[in-house]
Amino acid sequence: MQRVDLFPTHEFGGYKLRAGRPYPFGATVIGNAVNFSIYSRYATDCTLVLFHNHDKTPFLEIPFFKEFRLGNVFSMMVFDLDYENIEYGYRMDGPFDPQHGHRFDKTKILMDPYAKLIAGRDVWGKEPDWVNNYQYRSRVVFDDFDWENDLPLETPVNDLVIYEMHVRNFTCGANSGVKHPGTFAGIAERIPYLKKLGVNCIELMPIHEFDEFENSRPAPDGHTLYNFWGYSNVGFFAPKAAYASTGKYSMQVDELKNLIKRLHAEGIEVILDVVFNHTAEGNENGPYISYRGIDNKTYYMLTQDGYYFNFSGCGNTLNCNNPNVRDMIVESLRYWVTDYHVDGFRFDLAAILGRDQNGYPMANPPLLESLAHDPILGKTKLIAEAWDAGGLYQVGSFPSWGRWAEWNGKFRDAVRRFVKGDEHVLDDVKERITGSADLYASANRGIKASVNFVTAHDGFTMMDLVSYNGKHNEANGEGNRDGDDNNNSWNCGWEGESTDVGTNFLRHKQIKNFISILMTSQGIPMVLSGDEVGNTQYGNNNAYCQDNEISWIDWTNLEKNADLFNYFQKIIKFRRSHRALRYEYHLGHSDWRNLGMPDFSWHGVKAWQPWNTYNNLTQAFMLNGRYADSDGKPDDFIYVAMNMHWDMHGFELPQLPDGLKWHVFANTGMAAPDDICEPGSEILLDNQWEVLVEGRSIMILVGK
Amino acid sequence: MANEVYKMGAALDSSNASDIQKEILAVLDQEKSVILDMSNCKYVSSAGLRVMLYSYKVAAAKGNKVYLVGVSDEVRDVMSMTGFEKFFEFFNSVDEVK
Repeated sequence: MQRVDLFPTHEFGGYKLRAGRPYPFGATVIGNAVNFSIYSRYATDCTLVLFHNHDKTPFLEIPFFKEFRLGNVFSMMVFDLDYENIEYGYRMDGPFDPQHGHRFDKTKILMDPYAKLIAGRDVWGKEPDWVNNYQYRSRVVFDDFDWENDLPLETPVNDLVIYEMHVRNFTCGANSGVKHPGTFAGIAERIPYLKKLGVNCIELMPIHEFDEFENSRPAPDGHTLYNFWGYSNVGFFAPKAAYASTGKYSMQVDELKNLIKRLHAEGIEVILDVVFNHTAEGNENGPYISYRGIDNKTYYMLTQDGYYFNFSGCGNTLNCNNPNVRDMIVESLRYWVTDYHVDGFRFDLAAILGRDQNGYPMANPPLLESLAHDPILGKTKLIAEAWDAGGLYQVGSFPSWGRWAEWNGKFRDAVRRFVKGDEHVLDDVKERITGSADLYASANRGIKASVNFVTAHDGFTMMDLVSYNGKHNEANGEGNRDGDDNNNSWNCGWEGESTDVGTNFLRHKQIKNFISILMTSQGIPMVLSGDEVGNTQYGNNNAYCQDNEISWIDWTNLEKNADLFNYFQKIIKFRRSHRALRYEYHLGHSDWRNLGMPDFSWHGVKAWQPWNTYNNLTQAFMLNGRYADSDGKPDDFIYVAMNMHWDMHGFELPQLPDGLKWHVFANTGMAAPDDICEPGSEILLDNQWEVLVEGRSIMILVGK
Repeated sequence: MANEVYKMGAALDSSNASDIQKEILAVLDQEKSVILDMSNCKYVSSAGLRVMLYSYKVAAAKGNKVYLVGVSDEVRDVMSMTGFEKFFEFFNSVDEVK
């Protein structure tokens, strides 16, 4: 059957046209036509501007006829377009009246906010032609892809081990060994490495189209500083072209989909770090890319006199709780799940998503509620960075409807302080290790709401955390004023890289202490990529602009710091093989099933006596594996003795039920290879009554 | 089973994708497998990749094959990165297929 509504009714410039379908917004291929649809509440006229690929001047501009507008939507079908070889944009006419929020300018050519493919920054670092008056160019996407039987993996959230990575950092550095460094294809080449490490989820720092040249400038030493991390969206529906080796052929969509399909085949999920709090258009002085020229007053939070609110710290704030912007965000997320099979999202500065159109925090923000209840996103992981640059800090109180998890910044701060020997933090650390019940036990959120981490892209790497007391951001060109001063770091006696054997042993031990606590704590652990090989940024704790060896992971460290990789790999495997470490909801700290011992118990240097001793720096805990049974089969008992005091101390062991014995799995006080063993091959302890734990060391025992 | 060779020109892209698709499907309609001789083809666009994969799907549904011959390293690399490579068998020459 042929449809009767696909006949042209109009003609312009040699192209046949008819009134389009208002929905969906964006450019959609329907039969032999492309349906262009765009919303603007305040525009008076709209023109579709068509270019041959890369051309500076358009070959045709087609006005939307009066009969092509329905409500506030302009839509039109254009027949027989060679859409693989065209780029399109819009001119919008309307009032230029900044005081009342309007900035229409029909001299500007504007990118489609719903563009699924964006050209203009196709090859990373290639200097743009700044004279071109259409920089970020919408294209029509080939959205068919053969997923075969792939779907989002829906791994239970409490089973995840997240690995946060930047597309370029992961494969641009020395010895990455890939054919296509800095690209989606490069990540695909290193899937065997991820498998070997044992993580089952990667969290990609922003991969939506952004401009690495936004605010690019020379550094003090002459190299170029870029918008390297990409926390500044050009478009919300298109992948970053220059992150694809095939971006020069506009095949970035297929390359990213292929990466996700291949990761899924190996049981690895993909979470995208998404930035819906602002756009790359900046403040009043920023460029016209799209939103400001299409409907400024809709897309941005504006002050009463028409200036941009700046809750993002980046010049503007997306008007997330305007119903139409809200719809755009929901559609974007649905699109990444349906078309890219993405498994989850981490929302940058998510507190902004809960502000109303005047910037005030709302009790029940409609956007967050919509996302929590969205049918397509029903099993998608939703993780909030629960604060913003406007001072709103919602860790533990982010509106969740039982669906949202959070980056638990309090875990990071407490564990850092404890491991460096801060005697005022033990009670806090105990909350963090047990899944932050003080933050997440209410509202039925559970342990699964807590994404635990010690390091993330923002701040020191783990090696720098134990090598620097202060940040060293001079290379960023701001006189070392940028970046956080509150790092809770300790350099182990020498600032920076050291050749001293003792110092380096201590640093490695501290790193193993961090990862031991992270992997034996309740909550979802997140590892910063490169930490497993002791990657350094030479003390730079804000490398957002450094597209060079400061940021790129140096994989020669894999050999140099082989003990770290080995430790990470084994402790990740340990976590993944013990259900007792991966509870979904908070524990009772009691023997509520009458199994002989509590599900979770604290201990001190004396068993069952978790009193604070040695400057509050000694503490142990035990998980009763009988509470973590699966199909009637209990897990092992797990006992973790943490001695963050500088002297060695004996820890009296709690006695196991008859027939079980304590075995040593890990001891960070020992040099490799005696620091950790293969999970399942733990070594029987001669002395079942007490262990001696070296200063600043952790021992992990298994009762089986 | 009979094979028929289809000789590709210098490029497979949206300018010729539709015509080439029809010609390949015509061969497949004759219940033959197709050998796509790509030795002269230097560029395959997104549309072109879809012509190849669609042909493969049609052939597979009929129990036939699409063999690729003489694919350049560059085109093969693109096919690998975008996930199209895994569906095909690659050969150096038409004789190798036969």
